[in-house]
Amino acid sequence: MHAAKPGYDKLIFELSCPGRHAHSLPSFDVPVSDPAQLLPREHLRATPAELPEVSEVDVVRHYSRLSQMNYGVDTHFYPLGSCTMKYNPKINEDMARLPGFARLHPLTPEAAAQGALRVMHELGRDLAEVSGMDHVSLQPAAGAQGELAGVLMIRAYHLARGERRTKVLIPDSAHGTNPASTALAGYSVVELKSEQNGDVDLGDLERHLGDDVAAFMITQPNTLGLFESRIHQITEMCHAKGVQVYMDGANFNAILGITRPGDLGFDVCHFNLHKTFTTPHGGGGPGAGPVGIKDHLAPFLPTPVLVKDGDEYAFDWNRPQSIGKLQAFWGNFGMLVRAWTYIRTMGPDGLRAVSDNAVLNANYILSRLEGEYDRSAPGPCMHECVVSSRRQKKLGVTATDIAKRLLDLGFYAPTTYFPLIVEEALMIEPTETESKETLDEFCDAMIQIAREVRENPQLIHDAPMTTPVRRLDQTGAARQPRLKWAPPVT
Amino acid sequence: MANVPADLRYTKEHEWAKLEGDKARVGITAFAQEQLGDVVFVELPKVGAKVTAMKTFGVVESVKAVSDLFAPLSGEVIEVNAELPKKPEAVNADPYGKGWMIVIKLASVKEWERLMPAGDYEKLIASEGH
Amino acid sequence: MRYISNTPAQQREMLAQIGVGSVEELLARIPAKARLSRPLNVPEAMAETDLVRHLRALSALNASADDYACFLGAGSYDHSVPSPINHLISRGEFFTAYTPYQPEASQGTLRSIFEYQSMMAELTGMDVANASLYDGASSVAEAALMAHAVTERNAIVLSRGVNPLYRQVVETYCEGPGIRLKSSPIGDGATDLDALRKAVSGQTAAVVIQHPNFFGCLEDVKAAADIAHAQGALLVVVADPVNLGLLAPPGALGADLVVGEGQGLGVPMSFGGPNLGVFAAKQELVRRMPGRLVGATVDLDGQRGFVLTLQTREQHIRREKATSNICTNVALCALMATIYVSIMGKVGIQKVGELSTAKAHYAAEAFAKVPGVRLRFAAPFFKEFTLQLPKSPERVAKRLLKDKILAGVPLKPFDRAQKDCLLVAVTERRTRAEIDAYAAALADAVA
Repeated sequence: MHAAKPGYDKLIFELSCPGRHAHSLPSFDVPVSDPAQLLPREHLRATPAELPEVSEVDVVRHYSRLSQMNYGVDTHFYPLGSCTMKYNPKINEDMARLPGFARLHPLTPEAAAQGALRVMHELGRDLAEVSGMDHVSLQPAAGAQGELAGVLMIRAYHLARGERRTKVLIPDSAHGTNPASTALAGYSVVELKSEQNGDVDLGDLERHLGDDVAAFMITQPNTLGLFESRIHQITEMCHAKGVQVYMDGANFNAILGITRPGDLGFDVCHFNLHKTFTTPHGGGGPGAGPVGIKDHLAPFLPTPVLVKDGDEYAFDWNRPQSIGKLQAFWGNFGMLVRAWTYIRTMGPDGLRAVSDNAVLNANYILSRLEGEYDRSAPGPCMHECVVSSRRQKKLGVTATDIAKRLLDLGFYAPTTYFPLIVEEALMIEPTETESKETLDEFCDAMIQIAREVRENPQLIHDAPMTTPVRRLDQTGAARQPRLKWAPPVT
Repeated sequence: MANVPADLRYTKEHEWAKLEGDKARVGITAFAQEQLGDVVFVELPKVGAKVTAMKTFGVVESVKAVSDLFAPLSGEVIEVNAELPKKPEAVNADPYGKGWMIVIKLASVKEWERLMPAGDYEKLIASEGH
Repeated sequence: MRYISNTPAQQREMLAQIGVGSVEELLARIPAKARLSRPLNVPEAMAETDLVRHLRALSALNASADDYACFLGAGSYDHSVPSPINHLISRGEFFTAYTPYQPEASQGTLRSIFEYQSMMAELTGMDVANASLYDGASSVAEAALMAHAVTERNAIVLSRGVNPLYRQVVETYCEGPGIRLKSSPIGDGATDLDALRKAVSGQTAAVVIQHPNFFGCLEDVKAAADIAHAQGALLVVVADPVNLGLLAPPGALGADLVVGEGQGLGVPMSFGGPNLGVFAAKQELVRRMPGRLVGATVDLDGQRGFVLTLQTREQHIRREKATSNICTNVALCALMATIYVSIMGKVGIQKVGELSTAKAHYAAEAFAKVPGVRLRFAAPFFKEFTLQLPKSPERVAKRLLKDKILAGVPLKPFDRAQKDCLLVAVTERRTRAEIDAYAAALADAVA
């Protein structure tokens, strides 16, 4: 299935026709309607904003046509490694739209928002159980904010003990938000070498651990999709030097019901609800990034903390040691409802089946592809596998080229060039919601591409050919940025 | 055959320097621009800024990477290539000519002696490149 | 299990292809002592009908704006959400798509974000807007960080007119970089400009004001800009884009950065999230902006196309030297806003502002007629105002809840100096009948 070809190349501004409108607003039912009579004139616009004038039909047709230029999980297999592009259940959408949730103002008195507070409290409790952590804050808006919250809590913890630690250790295989969030929290980032399969280099870790190190941040399983099996040893090494250990929860889909960061010695972890817990990606967000902690970090939780007193739920604002706030309100509640709904839909057995099938699907792909593409590490992977297209690179075809050709063959491409430590990396995460038939179609396509590399590489260099646009000039876009619409010069 | 002019000197961070009396003209090497890909933007200091050998003086940005620019020598910036903001592609097309970035009035000509001559730089990129 | 397609038979086939007997063998790398030895202790799975019944009951416990007349504001507003928005954003190609890193397969998202950027730039009067940040509060925080980076100065002056919840978020973000925050007081509702002039110095990276401010009052943006610029500081204006269909855009008044909460542009209130962080800047600051940016370009055939651009500033490439740690934007909420602005259009968005302010003024006048009740501030207001009450605002609000009125936000938790005050917001959705009913109930409550 291919996306619609061009033929539709309009922006909403270009559909504008003076006098058309799509809005339906009530009439004035109060005596004075002229803003110039109510407000000082200098506060009012001199001229109206130059915004489109279109009919409702124009709007619906335009955005429907735009949507047809996208690949989504609802239409295409989306094997983006580390993104967990699993099916987004429609019941979650219905529940998030219940008026008692969607039409609820955040500053509604708590006594009149008990249903919402209960959903939040229960989700926090379930995430704590899934992760083996003691407390969960649902406030962070996304994974990166969860990381920031986690690192700031670690910072507050050390300061409260009178210790001024300045460094955080992060493997070179880490996702970019790890060092970025760490730098934002005021720490220097020390990059540790990983072993070839993404395992922690224990020698490098040992050399760097000291009383100037605040934390060690890793992803588990690691970004090559492998479980770091010496994790207990690692967390013990860290704790022996007073170093806190942070788990990036991006790969949680591999371990539901199998293992828990809290049992492995981690002090903090974050969750990406838009990955494992199936809240939709929305074209790039919104996400939600709750953070789980062990008890010793509780005083530093973001404010307010949701507490249960008997049958009543309330926000506790009396948190003198809190790191403060990440968002104005309490968290991305609309995404929290979806995650709550998902956990209740799956139950304990369902969640375990998620990870079992995620691991099975990824290994199946690896076993079918390893004839043509290089494994990045020996042995089974977990929920995602990383292969290298270095064999194809020798014949002049890059991972980017392969990704573009996959678009022509009806698949969204895997993640490319991440993790940085694998040459020509293709990171493939099928998730548990894909069927064997789809996996076979994908593997057949990858094998076909490998053959095309040998027999007809031009097809791949020219890809994509069937998408609404072909390869785009990224250089021009960056040299002469055009970031907003302007009317054509006449 | 690597493009490494013999009359220039080099840093291990892939900048070149050309001695012009008590001044030095500075840019990035052909190898560097090839590694970066299409340059989209160059951030340079203002005239009058002080630079220190092997500390950063700016940033060069391509579509896929951002790299710090390291001053080969210490001194004061007395000239900045005003064409580069408009034509960053000059760094790719002519890295040793129109792609020059700054001119430094040297604090000490002795530092020039410590820079890598062309032969050593050629060996460096032979080992780094594929 | 309806979200997992593979049957046991297919699972066996797959295991055979892999060459193992069970999934357990694939998990062998995990040491035994790391394994959870019991099922997860989460509630048992619920069938869909039971789950729906259960959640409906929980949602019914909440005083939503469907059943109550909502006069709550303070950063979240009951503005109209036109009906096409939900239908369009629910199209699977939009809401189940990923970040548009493969632009050829994401032109729908990229084009709509380009439209969004254009609309936000137009409303704020600025040269460029990004593809959105998480919410208004974190947008202010990102503006503070950016001002610090651009000016290389270490202090931010925030007017007391800035939402205190936003201020708390700015404090949290400024902790790591060690940026100092200073406050500047308000006078009779708006920022005290003399005090502001004294507070700003050569150490100030940015002055931050909110317009209209947290108390609902309009600010003198131009004067604040002059004060900031006289000391080489940036002016950051926190604004609600819904208002900017009627109010003069901060960009025309000297703002260097305009940030704020875009929830009023068709995003459900949803108990505080997800939200829509607006971020707009002057042209010369574009390469220092946090967040994603969509740019126009052409493809190999010369056809117009759109891509994420200037990405090298972002975390996935620049890592610890990135402009910000932000990864996601709130693409789906930005899409809601884009469709909202398309539907409201040039005329409608102005009318939303006119209706809101007309009704707010009618309400303020009616409520201030109640004996003992007065408007706390003399400064002009837009769609929110601060009422000073003769009885505890918490008690009054609780009393009006019985009349199905969400009366307003008691200000004691936000500003002890206003502990006898209630912040009341009036949007175009409030009818005269609702406002009259409130006035009557208020009279009763304070009698």
